[in-house]
Formats: sequence, C-alpha cells, structure tokens
Amino acid sequence: MTSVTYAVSDALAMTRRNLTRYIRIPTLLVFSTIQPVMFVLLFVYVFGGAVKGSLPHGVKYVDFLMPGIFVQTVVFGSTQTGVGLAEDLSKGMIDRFRSLPMARSAVLAGRTLGDGVRNTFVVILMTLVGLLVGFRLHAGALPAIAALAIAVGFGFAFSWISATIGLAVHDVESAQTAGFIWVFPLTFASSVFVPLRTLPGWLQSFARVNPITNTANALRALTLGGPTTRPVLYTLLWIVGILVVFMPFATRNYRKVA
Amino acid sequence: MSSRPAVQVEGIRKRFGKVVALDGVSFEVAPGTVLGLLGPNGAGKTTAVRILTTLLIPDEGRAEVEGLDVVRDTVALRARIGLAGQYAAVDENLTGRENIELVGRLYHLSRAEGRARAAELLERFDLVDAADRTVRTYSGGMRRRLDLGASLVGRPSVLFLDEPTTGLDPRSRIDLWKVIRELVAEGTTVLLTTQYLEEADELADRIVVIDHGHVIAEGTSDELKARLGGDVIEVTAARPADLARVAELLGQASAGAAVVTDEVAATATARVKRGATVLADTVRLMDAASLEIADLSLRKPTLDDVFLTLTGRPSDDAAAPHDDGGGSGPGRRAARREGARA
Repeated sequence: MTSVTYAVSDALAMTRRNLTRYIRIPTLLVFSTIQPVMFVLLFVYVFGGAVKGSLPHGVKYVDFLMPGIFVQTVVFGSTQTGVGLAEDLSKGMIDRFRSLPMARSAVLAGRTLGDGVRNTFVVILMTLVGLLVGFRLHAGALPAIAALAIAVGFGFAFSWISATIGLAVHDVESAQTAGFIWVFPLTFASSVFVPLRTLPGWLQSFARVNPITNTANALRALTLGGPTTRPVLYTLLWIVGILVVFMPFATRNYRKVA
Repeated sequence: MSSRPAVQVEGIRKRFGKVVALDGVSFEVAPGTVLGLLGPNGAGKTTAVRILTTLLIPDEGRAEVEGLDVVRDTVALRARIGLAGQYAAVDENLTGRENIELVGRLYHLSRAEGRARAAELLERFDLVDAADRTVRTYSGGMRRRLDLGASLVGRPSVLFLDEPTTGLDPRSRIDLWKVIRELVAEGTTVLLTTQYLEEADELADRIVVIDHGHVIAEGTSDELKARLGGDVIEVTAARPADLARVAELLGQASAGAAVVTDEVAATATARVKRGATVLADTVRLMDAASLEIADLSLRKPTLDDVFLTLTGRPSDDAAAPHDDGGGSGPGRRAARREGARA
C-alpha cells in the first residue's frame, strides 16, 4: 500500500471510531437533534406570525426558516469537533495516536469527517421534521440534494475552525465555551431566522457579508426556487476559503500540541 | 556484550518557555533490560519519555531508539515502539476488543491479523470476559491492562511505560509487574518511569535517578544503596513529645551522624558506620534517660534513603503533588506541569 492509501484507511478507521460513540451513547445524538427541533418549533409557532409580514409575498415562514435551520444545525454541530479533539487530548488519546505509525493527518481528518457524517444525519432528520410542520422542497429533488451537500460542506469547513480552537485551548470546557461563544451571535446576526431588511442598518451591513447569510440564501434558492448561481458560488468560495485558511492552522496546532 | 544499546540518549535538553525540563540528560538502556527512570514529579521523566516516543522534539542533544533517530526517523521508529502513558489512553465508547483492533488497523495489520492479535492480547491480559463490553464499564486496573495491551499490538521491541501503576490498587500493581517481567523475559526492552521506589527496586535492572532535569545518580538498585554505605538506625519515641530528646541521644550515640526526624511518625533516623555498636549505645543512653521507646530498628539503606540523600527530600513528599492531580489530568499538561516544577 502507498502512503496515500494508508492516509485514507487511517482516516476511515478514525472516522469510524468517532462515529461509534453515537451508536454507543444514542442519547448524544438525541440531544444534538432535540435542540434544532426545538428551534424549528419555537420559531415556526412563536415568531412565525410576527415575521410573516416582512417576508417576500407568498413565502411561508416555515419555508424561509428551514434552510436557515439547516445552516444553524451544521454550524452548531461543527463546534463539537473542537470539543472532541480537546477531549482526546485530555485523555491522552492524541499521545497514543501520535506514537503510532499511522498517517499524521488521520486524527483531524477522522474527526472532521465523522462530524460531517453526523451533520448529514441530523440535517436529513431536520428535513423530515420540517416536512411534518409544512416545509416543502419547491425546487425539486436534485437542488434539494445539492442543498444538503452545501450545508454539510459548510459544516465541514466550520469543523476546521472548531478544530483550530479546540487544539488551541486544550481542555474540554474551554473548547465548549470558546467554540460556541462566537458562533451564536454570528448565526443570529444573519438571514437564518429573519429577512435582513428588518435589521438596523449597521447590523445589516455585517449580516450581508456574514458567510452564514450567504449559505442560508444559497440553501433557500435551492429549496424555494429562484436564482441560485450567485449565492451558491459565494458559499462555495467561503467553504474553500475557510478550508484553505483553517486546515493549515488546525494542522499546525495539532503538531504543536505536544 | 558489545551490541548497540536499545535506547541511547546523549545530552538532551528541553525547555518550555523559561522552564528547563531536561538539562543535558544522557543514559543508555541495554537490549532486553529494564531501565527505571526514577525521580520526583517535575524531574523531567515524562518529558524524556515524550522525546523518546517522538511526541516532543528536543532542543538540543541526540536520542536513538533501536538505532533510529527520534527526530529524523520518526516513522520507522514508531513502528518499533510501544507507549503506555500515565493515563489509560483507551476509548471509553469502544469495547476492549474494538480498542485493540483500532490500534491494529493503525499499525496497518490486515483485518485477520488484527483480529487474531486482539484475541491474543485480550487473553494475555485476562480481559476475555470483558472484551465485548464498552471500556466505560472497566475498572481502573482493567483500563491499564487494556492500555498496555494496546501498546503491544505492534510487537514493539522497546516499550515505554510512563508511571504504569500510578493510581492502581496493590493487587493490580502486582499483576502488571508480572506482565512486565514476562515481556522482558521474551526479550522486550522496557523503559519505565516511576515515583515508586519499590517498583524500581522490583523491576529495574538499572536505575537512573533524575531531578531538576539532571541525572543525579545511576546504577543498579544495590549499587545505589551501597553508595550510601553503612546501616540505618531508626528509633520511634513512645511519646511524640520525647522526639527531640530521642534525636539528641541518637546523635550522641552515633558520634555526630546527621539525625533526621519525622514528627508525624515520631521517628529519628541516623545513618551510621558500625550499626550494632551504635544500636547498643543508643539503647543504653535511652535507658539512662528513662525515655520510653516504641520501636527500634537497624536496617540496610532502602532506595527511599538513597532518594532522600540524593534529592534532599523524601520520595513521599515528591510524590504528593502528583496525587491531587491524579487520574484525570491530561498527559500533555502533566509534561508542562512537570516542566513548571523543575
């Protein structure tokens, strides 16, 4: 076998290891789904009526909200990447892996891929929940699959930011806090829950360049219908941009972690 | 024998920020033997192990394991070593078997080979019954055994054990010692760090004592004890209030030898040349002064005495800071902490 096949098989072994935890502790998965489900129900039934007036004519709030929820779900979910790495670090697992003749890339690859798989599962589940409360895929099946792929890709990119943070702070609790504290405002100051036009001007300018807004808009175009090229292209650029910057950062932090 | 040492360390230095963890450490381990790296917390033991297992790069100096350089030949080196750290590095959510099989896959064993190896190691470490339970349900001793099993998957020729029995109950400790002896009998070279003098005494062919990043003594357990020479007399006062007086008389009897007192145990200890004579004098003096004695002993120096003499503090003191952080503290952090105390 070549070193590339080793790198792939090592990464897959690590991915499998990271996913086993969800099979062994199903409550973990239950709780990572309950929160987005709660967001769907609260927003649709509590804020839905208030927001409805500011939506483009003929758009139902649940159709507007669900693509936003997908982005929120993958971004919140990606914060677990750093927490998982910090946990491995604190339990000496990383030391063990680093002393093995395995591919150096496998620990980070296995963790981000594993979280990508989990995000895929949760987004599919969210889609089903959405369908139950009236969400419809107006643009058809293929764009919907593209929307899923983009959401998961965006979450994957955020996982590398999370990995960079988790490996920098080392301990689980700090990773939890540091990984989440900036994600929360970033998600709310975007078009995830409300149309941008309802925000005050200064916040609008921020929200407009927020990659989360871009991604929510791209997913909306792919599920509601409408022009997709620009938002999808911008989102893909953001994904690539984040990966180009944070893959080296995370890798450097992983090397330095000794 | 003129064969190449299994481990060779020459003038290794490593600092973390301003703290010097290792300050020019050199030692060797002969193939098929056990070297005990002994020292208080903060001495630099863990840092040395981390350098030898490629987890840390030394600032200066050179180290080889099986002739492979720890900085340049990392990939080949990792295939030849096993590491069991201070904390059982096993995944709680996997079963014992899955843990070992995962390590097998990362050693790039075939699936069949990995399965066979896992079965063999689970058997050896008496984990067959628990093999298919998640590690979450394992006791501390079982986790350590599994961890040691995982470190053996690649049939390492050199095994690094960083405080392998810290936090274990005496029964588990003795079991683990037995396994380590078996491995050595099969030809494995072992480098183990420990704060337990008894452990070094039991297992190690040679002992390297380090403190503050320096090697301060080296030799077999007997050689180290012989270096102190003479006998140790220990007197325990029946009434703690008498201790000062007891110590004074012991000093008088031993013709000015340094007397060390331990207030908690109410003991006074002196290291002397002609033990039997001093003992008789001591008894006479105590009797004349009507001091009541609870216990009186004449013995050869232990590694504890060696440690006390070399480092200026008892091994228990040195070990204490570790205990409060025991169990859950991160391995990497421990290395830093160790550095910080050096």
